[in-house]
Amino acid sequence: MSVDSVFVHKMWNENELSKMVKGGVPYAMLSDGGGKVGTSLGVYNEDAGVENRGRFIIDPDGIIQGYEVLTPPVGRNVSETLRQIEAFQLVRKSKGTEATPSGWKPGKMTLKPGPDLVGKVWEVWKTDIAVDD
Amino acid sequence: MAEKKQVGCARPTGGPVGQPEKIPEDGTPQILKEVQRMVQVGKPAPDFVAPAYHKGEFTSVKLSDYLGKWVVLCLYPGDFTFV
Repeated sequence: MSVDSVFVHKMWNENELSKMVKGGVPYAMLSDGGGKVGTSLGVYNEDAGVENRGRFIIDPDGIIQGYEVLTPPVGRNVSETLRQIEAFQLVRKSKGTEATPSGWKPGKMTLKPGPDLVGKVWEVWKTDIAVDD
Repeated sequence: MAEKKQVGCARPTGGPVGQPEKIPEDGTPQILKEVQRMVQVGKPAPDFVAPAYHKGEFTSVKLSDYLGKWVVLCLYPGDFTFV
């Protein structure tokens, strides 16, 4: 979503993006002329008249589980977004009985919060888990 | 989910979907200024309708049509910018 019109989206997809991604962008390119939606999310940059680089993860109940907002010159990391989605999906599937500690990736250990874990996280979670190899 | 739209000369617009504006009982005019406020995690995403371009068609997308699915919503400064 950007403040550009759907006509500009079409041109951008046909003239540039389809040269990066075969077949062009597979998902919907939304238009937010005037930044009304961006304003409702808190990411519209009124001075510049454009959206800040905002990314929202919204769960099946319509609840915002996470967001990231960057200034224009720095791009996102798609792998990190996918990691967060997998983590939120795991937590949701466990109905909140499991939590993903810092550095969690699919396949790595989760925490099962409860009385027995209080003060014992140091036994199961080490700081080297927090950073990628 | 997304409906196909007829293309006219007018630039399609959309916007937030929600509560209708409240008019004060004494009828005094209000100065409306949207307050920039970041949404909160754990709270519902504000619903919206937005014109869209999707696989060669001009459509319209309503966020609440995607209830039951995980959604990643990305905003960016502009088409043909560099990052």
